[in-house]
Amino acid sequence: MDLKVGTDQATEAEIAAVETVVGAVGPAVVLQSDRVVVGGFHRSAERRHLLLPGLHALQQANGWISPGGLQHLCTELGVPPAEAYGVATFYDMLATEIAPDVVVRRCDDIGCRTQGFDKIDTTLGAAGLGGEHVEDSPCLGLCDHGGAAVVQRKGAPVEGYRVVAGANEPVIESHLASGARLLARVGKVDPSSLESYIAESGYQALNTAIEQGPDAIVASISDAGLRGRGGAAFPAGIKWRGMADQNQSRKHVVANADESEPGTFKDRVLMEHDPFALVESLTVTGFATGATDGWIYIRGEYPLAIERVRNAVVEARRSGLLGRDILGSGWDFDIEVRVGAGAYICGEETALFNSIEGFRGEPRQKPPFPTTHGLFNEPTVINNVETLFNVLDIVNYGVDHFRSIGSEASAGPRLFCLSGAVARPGVYEHPMGVTLRQVIAAAGGVAHEAQLKTILLGGAAGSFVNDSVLDLPLTFEDTRSAGVSLGSGVVMLFDETANMADIVGRITKFFSHESCGQCVPCRIGTQRQVEMVGSDEPIDRDLFDDLAAVMGDASICGLGHTAASALRSALDLELLS
Amino acid sequence: MVGLATVFGAGGGTSSYEEIEQTDCILLWGSNAREAHPIFFHHLIKGIRNGAKMYAVDPRRTSSAKWADMWLGLEVGSDIVLANAIGREIIAAGLANREFIERATDGFAAYESHVDSYTLDYAEMITKIPAEAIREVAHAYAKAPTAQILWTLGITEHATGSDNVFSLCNLSLLTGHVGRWGSGLVPLRGQNNVQGGGDMGSLPNKLPGFADITDVQARGRFEEVWGVPVPSEPGKHLTLMFEAMEQGELEAVWVIGENPADSEADVSHARKLLSGLDTLIVSDIVMTRTVELADVVFPAAAGWAETDGTVTSSERRVQRVRKALNPPGEAVDDIEILVRMAKAMGHDWSNMDNEAWWDELRSLSPMHGGMSYDRLESSGGLQWPCPDEDHPGTIFLHARLWADPVGGPRAPFTCVDWVAPADALDDDFPLRLTTGRALDSYNTGVQSGSMNSPIRYGDTLDVSQLDADRFDVTDGERVLVSSRRGSIEMDVRIVGDMSPGLAFTTFHFPEKVDINLLTIDAWDPKSGTAEFKATAINVTKLAEV
Repeated sequence: MDLKVGTDQATEAEIAAVETVVGAVGPAVVLQSDRVVVGGFHRSAERRHLLLPGLHALQQANGWISPGGLQHLCTELGVPPAEAYGVATFYDMLATEIAPDVVVRRCDDIGCRTQGFDKIDTTLGAAGLGGEHVEDSPCLGLCDHGGAAVVQRKGAPVEGYRVVAGANEPVIESHLASGARLLARVGKVDPSSLESYIAESGYQALNTAIEQGPDAIVASISDAGLRGRGGAAFPAGIKWRGMADQNQSRKHVVANADESEPGTFKDRVLMEHDPFALVESLTVTGFATGATDGWIYIRGEYPLAIERVRNAVVEARRSGLLGRDILGSGWDFDIEVRVGAGAYICGEETALFNSIEGFRGEPRQKPPFPTTHGLFNEPTVINNVETLFNVLDIVNYGVDHFRSIGSEASAGPRLFCLSGAVARPGVYEHPMGVTLRQVIAAAGGVAHEAQLKTILLGGAAGSFVNDSVLDLPLTFEDTRSAGVSLGSGVVMLFDETANMADIVGRITKFFSHESCGQCVPCRIGTQRQVEMVGSDEPIDRDLFDDLAAVMGDASICGLGHTAASALRSALDLELLS
Repeated sequence: MVGLATVFGAGGGTSSYEEIEQTDCILLWGSNAREAHPIFFHHLIKGIRNGAKMYAVDPRRTSSAKWADMWLGLEVGSDIVLANAIGREIIAAGLANREFIERATDGFAAYESHVDSYTLDYAEMITKIPAEAIREVAHAYAKAPTAQILWTLGITEHATGSDNVFSLCNLSLLTGHVGRWGSGLVPLRGQNNVQGGGDMGSLPNKLPGFADITDVQARGRFEEVWGVPVPSEPGKHLTLMFEAMEQGELEAVWVIGENPADSEADVSHARKLLSGLDTLIVSDIVMTRTVELADVVFPAAAGWAETDGTVTSSERRVQRVRKALNPPGEAVDDIEILVRMAKAMGHDWSNMDNEAWWDELRSLSPMHGGMSYDRLESSGGLQWPCPDEDHPGTIFLHARLWADPVGGPRAPFTCVDWVAPADALDDDFPLRLTTGRALDSYNTGVQSGSMNSPIRYGDTLDVSQLDADRFDVTDGERVLVSSRRGSIEMDVRIVGDMSPGLAFTTFHFPEKVDINLLTIDAWDPKSGTAEFKATAINVTKLAEV
């Protein structure tokens, strides 16, 4: 390996931080004697995935990633410092220049900015964080609260702050005729207790799966018609079958918990309130597809979810529900929790793989697809958290029961994230096919009985709609033919008082900030959008349509494909004038 | 080349670059290919990325060794001990490929008893490599489905250079790692056309295509086409030439594209001999110290961009090169120089163009027979042997050893014993100096010295911290370095990875650091290569002189 390491020295605290990450596997290069050194490419490659955890450890220990700390980590892992620097600078939550000891990242994204920052500032002030350094943050997934911030404090784990005061307590509600499914345990179980989870029919699905065998479970998922809830709506059964057919010695299942689409917070609610269900559903997925390794990748801005899911993994392992010979099945499987560091793009599945592997979270070209060349270039199934929760229900109650909810092509329940100018913001479970009108009515309608101006459907990557679509059944097929997207289930309301130029401007800034910069149409195009919206001149519609077409056609991932969607719909509906 | 030619009948690397990308196990022995053969090393890195395990055997933990799963830092010049011990361990562990040995080799029984004394413990004592590491590399090499041994001057630039090569060839015979896709023996070549030089007959005992000069039938074919008698006695290799100069037997020398006045071991002696010649003619493209000594200088065209013809790479691939520029001034290409020289001697070859010369070569060298200019052009190069126009060329050599029955002669094991380096260490000269190359420079710097490089630090004396303390010198200090032949001043560089007792320098800047004033002119009687790699030195502070 051609490592060019500088002469900066790591502090004792930095060395100790790196040791917590590298200690268990040992450094990349070992001097066995004067004459024998074990090292080389393979040992380094095997350790590369520890880079992001190592950077987290340095950031936490020191408040920033110093040259000395970075070089020490790189020496231990055998990673070229220039590459590691490239990785560190990729993420918002990692500082490569000296930073204040306390940094407050306050959400100023579309959900929070319409509410003002008074309430969150009061909350922060009450926590003694009044005078600290504040930076703007993209959506923190707490749009159902009255404001949100995460705090990075030197020497301490990331802390989350949210406004919860009286009438602002967010709603978690199921509106299924057959009773709550995805939300069945939310509020009933103690999220820190495996015992409590098992008492609420937890681990019934894994037992059933082991009894029925992998093929039967994959068949159930296919027959149930389960489609991905992360935004792309891909049939889960096809992924599972594709991976189950692979015969490699190492195969992965990944829970995509990098929920970062502005306005989306359903996965956070599931993880915070029912973390064992995520562990169990990923275990069932692993069993059905013949995986050896499970990974849960949670965005770094979700400290409570991270804590609870990590605890759930530890508890499951302690009880033999992870590890060797699970429940006497002869099958070995374990789960590792990985934490993002502030990058929306890492929710894109191949960017997420690169992030786990210790590279910049840039999406890969597809094909090849993850089922054959996923994490570490090995067969991988990756599903969104909500998608995985559905797996438990299908295994526990059968295909017919699942199909009794929703439509033929869009089976099952769906979580909606209601926020903005809505009376009762929160997560609502409805059958697929519910209308937008019903969804809004269930959440108490427009707040303060104000006049509805527009609804953002599907998040920043979705589109603005008006009341002409209120009676559209919210299924994959109906929304597609109407030219809108359900996306990740975002329903954000804006009333007459909303400054739409400001909102749309924030969305364009979001994309230019989150574009990974790898491909030109997206890197340049998202910036041009910012300039168009920010300019005093009226937007040249032909020019914008050209730009949108180029981004849509020539970007390699979904970010570029959808970055023009919200602005286009805003122009179509004349929201900016 | 002598070692490979003796065992297998052809003095070339056995394998193609594409094979190193697909092999399972790589032994890089006495080679810092990362710096000396950077393009080849890219193929090697692909192999590693594809999963090959790599072991690096080198006294220094070089930049190449840092890519290896394991570095084995043997004592300079103890290669035969290590190779024989690996061979013994392979046999003792029952990992020898008995089937291959019986079908395709000779002399196994003698080899088996010969290496019996090279136990792991004995090897540890001589090479200083722990026995456990030797065992690991032996097992990894023998068990790998495919494996290659690669070497460079760390193997050959010793008085026992040819024996070193034999000891490595033995390992390939022992395991059947030769003559098959992915397995082989690969001496790395320093220039784009070193292989071509040998192929074209610039060896003292060979005619083009490795025809033996003592073979009357082979000679006859050449005499018929050339119309003149061909000498029946082998000529002299470089080291013997210098001995002949010393004895006054050799009075006129024509040096074509070499710089012996800088590159020879014990260089002050070599310069004296070159200066004492009756006539010294030098063809070169730039001014060198050898050119400075010449009576007549032929300004030559650069091989790249200024001449038309072929070059042959280390994987025996013959490729076309084309002229893009007219050479400056009076310079003409080497063929033209030869043609004019012939004309002055009374032979008119003016009706031959470069392709006609190539076609003549093809008619005389069967291994080049099928390589017309047209085919070379359309195929992007062909690998010899390629005997006729329908032959696709040969990706790896010696497939005959796996044919049923074995085609041609069996490959013999060669029993070789370790001999300590000629320049022994003692109290007066306690430090072992070895030499090598750096990425940004080439040999004596004729082609690279005029270019700047941000990673160049000059020819420093690299030592460990331990030895710096022992000789009471500091990083960057200018010191006197002495061997039994001479003394020069050098700057000390303290290097973290250097083994105690070992010193290293590059030899790229002879005008500034005349390193070959120190090296010994002991040489390998079989190949004529000098022992550049093992010099006994002392280091003293300048103030004490």
